Amino acid sequence: MTELWDGFTKAIELIVSLDPEVMQIAGRSLAFAATSCVIAALISLPLGSIIHFNNFFGKRLLINVIQTLYSVPTVAVGLFVYVLLSRSGPLGGLGFLFSPPAIIIGQVLLVIPIITGLTITALSGVDRTVTDTAISLGASRFQAATLLTREARFAILAGLIMGFGRVISEVGLSLMVGGNISGFTRTLTTAISLETSKGELELALALGIILIAIALVVNITLNRLQQR
Amino acid sequence: MSNAQPIIKTTDLGQRLNGRDVLRNINLRIDRGEVFALIGPTGSGKTTLLRLLDLIDSPSQGKVYFDGTDVTESVRQRLETRRRMAFVLQKPVVFNTSVYENIAYGLKWRGMSRDNIRSRLDEVLEMVDLADFRKRNARMLSGGEVQRVAIARAIATEPEVLLLDEPTANLDPVSTAKIEELITNIIQRYHTTIVMATHDMSQGQRLADRVGMLLDGEILQTGDWREVFNTPQSREMANFVGVENIIDGVVQSSENNVVTIGTDDSVIEAVSDCAAGEQVHACIRSEEVTLALSRHSTSARNTFSGEIARIITTGPVARVEIDCGFRLVALVTKRSVEEMALETGKQVYASFKATAVHVIRQD
Repeated sequence: MTELWDGFTKAIELIVSLDPEVMQIAGRSLAFAATSCVIAALISLPLGSIIHFNNFFGKRLLINVIQTLYSVPTVAVGLFVYVLLSRSGPLGGLGFLFSPPAIIIGQVLLVIPIITGLTITALSGVDRTVTDTAISLGASRFQAATLLTREARFAILAGLIMGFGRVISEVGLSLMVGGNISGFTRTLTTAISLETSKGELELALALGIILIAIALVVNITLNRLQQR
Repeated sequence: MSNAQPIIKTTDLGQRLNGRDVLRNINLRIDRGEVFALIGPTGSGKTTLLRLLDLIDSPSQGKVYFDGTDVTESVRQRLETRRRMAFVLQKPVVFNTSVYENIAYGLKWRGMSRDNIRSRLDEVLEMVDLADFRKRNARMLSGGEVQRVAIARAIATEPEVLLLDEPTANLDPVSTAKIEELITNIIQRYHTTIVMATHDMSQGQRLADRVGMLLDGEILQTGDWREVFNTPQSREMANFVGVENIIDGVVQSSENNVVTIGTDDSVIEAVSDCAAGEQVHACIRSEEVTLALSRHSTSARNTFSGEIARIITTGPVARVEIDCGFRLVALVTKRSVEEMALETGKQVYASFKATAVHVIRQD
């Protein structure tokens, strides 16, 4: 119990003193997660819309597969990206392994199913009459799709929040393809893992508390946006 | 009906949904500037037909012509044509944004500049009496206000044809009156061609130049309101336009357009060109039937004595059911009921003129 308390006071101390290393690690975690989410959203929002607005053979199955991938283990994605980027892999020539791009590629792959799936769910949740109204008012298919996305914005934002939560908290993937290199690819989660294995429980707890604090701030900000 | 090119014409239009023919053989012609009411009970296919006319759905068969051009197939042409029309759906939804933005959407989609949109919307908001609501979120409005936003959104685009699906369904009488007044204003101000669906016959009567009766997916009759109301062409139509007395019989004799129709145990005289031997339905509106306590107090050619089976009073009028060999319903004032001391079981004479009988040939 004292460890928890010590961890908490240490966390406060590290935050208040703006400990350079901790700030760097936290900043890096945030940057990786935000970049991954933005890239994933740029892919997933149009992808989700395309899947929602078009009828094709196997659509239901595709949506089931996407939803199943919500719970894909981070280490499985890590392994896939590792194989992809390793020297003998198809993208080995890029030299991305154990570098920030590797983590971001992995995290993007991790959240694409979540944001895509939740975008489809969000769009399906909008009353069918909204689409009919848009079409009757002279909207082209693209204009109608844009309106529908706007109408579903809060539900889509919920998908982004879920996606962010998934990447900021994952450890397996960052460890496997980032290598936990100090000052380069070390994130809050990989640092926690390392400090715990070293027996530095206070520091690990402090980092954990900072991680939760970041997640809390991001969620509160996005929720505020939702309530507007 | 004018000889000018109709703005909308359909030929053999049909729609099959979920294995059922929802619409069959719709041959409709809407002239520019006219107000046409599609009247039919719930489930008769009114909404389906409006959706086909607005080119939201594609028909299973037949064609839709807009201003003389076949617009049934081409996607581009359908969009362009749709932009010349506006459709207010039966349960209108507003987008989750301000009243102003809601109404501006159709104009934005047509690529209109911000300034032009503003000046157009000032006029429209004024017309629908929502000028003070422009910044309010449209989701916060009442049912009647939502309907006005939906109509404003439609007329803002200055459509050549305005399609209205049950514009006052689910509204209270005050909101209904406001919407009807608004529609009348639109008709007077813009001379827009209007096609409106309603199950309310009196609304059709109040607003439309011409009505089309849609029953079970088929247009059974189109024409002037009075004509459709007074001279329905089938038993179903007669039922739908509220003829309460429909008596089946056979024409026994015909002379100078006056026929005698033999029913089970009575004879009815009517004005008709039917020939002897034809099987017919004799239709008598309940308000055409008068009641008396003695046989000699009426000049009508048809008088039957019978016993009052039931009296239902609604407001100032009473519906009196008389058993005179066949069932005859008379609509009389509540005052008459009191003055004549009418009550169940009382013997009365029910009369109606030969000209009050509308005769329909049986199929």
